Amino acid sequence: MDQQKRIRPLSPHLQVYKLPLNAVASIVHRITGVVLSVGLLLFVGSLLTISAGGDAYMAMQNLMNHALGTLVLWLFIYALFFHLCHGVRHLVWDAGSGFEREHMDRNVYIELIASIILTVASFFLL
Amino acid sequence: MVEFALPKNSVLKKGKVFSAPAHAKHIKQFEVYRWDPESGENPRIDTYEIDLDDCGPMVLDAIIKIKNDIDSTLTFRRSCREGICGSCAMNINGKNTLACIKAIEDYPGTIKIFPLPHLAVIKDLVGDLSHFFAQYASIKPWIETQTPPPADRERLQSKEDRKKLDGYYECILCACCSTSCPSYWWNSERFLGPAVLLQAYRWLSDSRDEYAGERLDDLEDPFKLYRCHTIMNCTDTCPKNLNPAKAIAEIKKMLLIRQQG
Repeated sequence: MDQQKRIRPLSPHLQVYKLPLNAVASIVHRITGVVLSVGLLLFVGSLLTISAGGDAYMAMQNLMNHALGTLVLWLFIYALFFHLCHGVRHLVWDAGSGFEREHMDRNVYIELIASIILTVASFFLL
Repeated sequence: MVEFALPKNSVLKKGKVFSAPAHAKHIKQFEVYRWDPESGENPRIDTYEIDLDDCGPMVLDAIIKIKNDIDSTLTFRRSCREGICGSCAMNINGKNTLACIKAIEDYPGTIKIFPLPHLAVIKDLVGDLSHFFAQYASIKPWIETQTPPPADRERLQSKEDRKKLDGYYECILCACCSTSCPSYWWNSERFLGPAVLLQAYRWLSDSRDEYAGERLDDLEDPFKLYRCHTIMNCTDTCPKNLNPAKAIAEIKKMLLIRQQG
């Protein structure tokens, strides 16, 4: 029996499951969390250049003004706002609300749109 | 353990094709997961073409037709054919559901049928649910009391208290929700999963049960309960339209309220 169990195949999971929107938002929440952690290291690195003197600071400035540096910065800011918006939903969930089956997709769209608005707003404010 | 890919012995191969009879006018294709424990081979996908003019309306009707008329080696569970026994739970076109309450015509194109996800397959569409039911037993799904029952009647319940069980007592333990949950895929050894947690909440909210404290003690565990990350595949997939994600949130809330004294 034990041997038979060992050779039993595992039924397909991620390979066949069509993830609903909310599951995708959950994965993106995780990914943005990792992105934010890595981004914080870069942020600390940029602070270090300030203490490392003018040359290092100039190098950091040039990097940030480069198109690629700017893109990374804005991806970081978007990740921050998406993580924030989904985090707010987690707060609402923890309070016991926001579980209605029929509003699941709508709530994902709200957090998506909110995170985009926040990012665009900070683009004009910064 | 998080493992995104399937183990070597579980990787799918192409299987046989069973064509529809020449006179058939309304042909529907069904792709069905097959695994024969005696063959020693990897699982395969067999394709069956079915004449819809000679088949019942539900997906389960088609599966039964395959077994009766086309390929008697196909193995699956079924019993009530009206969504109350939970036997024919399977993954149809990427979502877990009961084959008996899903109409064929609601699925455009080819219908793809797999066993419930991330289970050890016993044969074809039959997954091993022994661990799932052992977890169910672990939450003591019965009334636990200290006080002696009234001498002259049953333990009664007010209409309001009975109402608190609505949305929970209807669960038929088909395992659609638990096997849709990525947290359960990666941590089923220790995470109880949505179905069992919904059942746990059903007993926590029963006015006649006197062991809510002990039940909460048992659930207060980083894995048993808190592996739920509100992915909500459970609520999305439940064929009985129940809400396991909400039940889990209610348990978390009960624990928090208890902590505050």
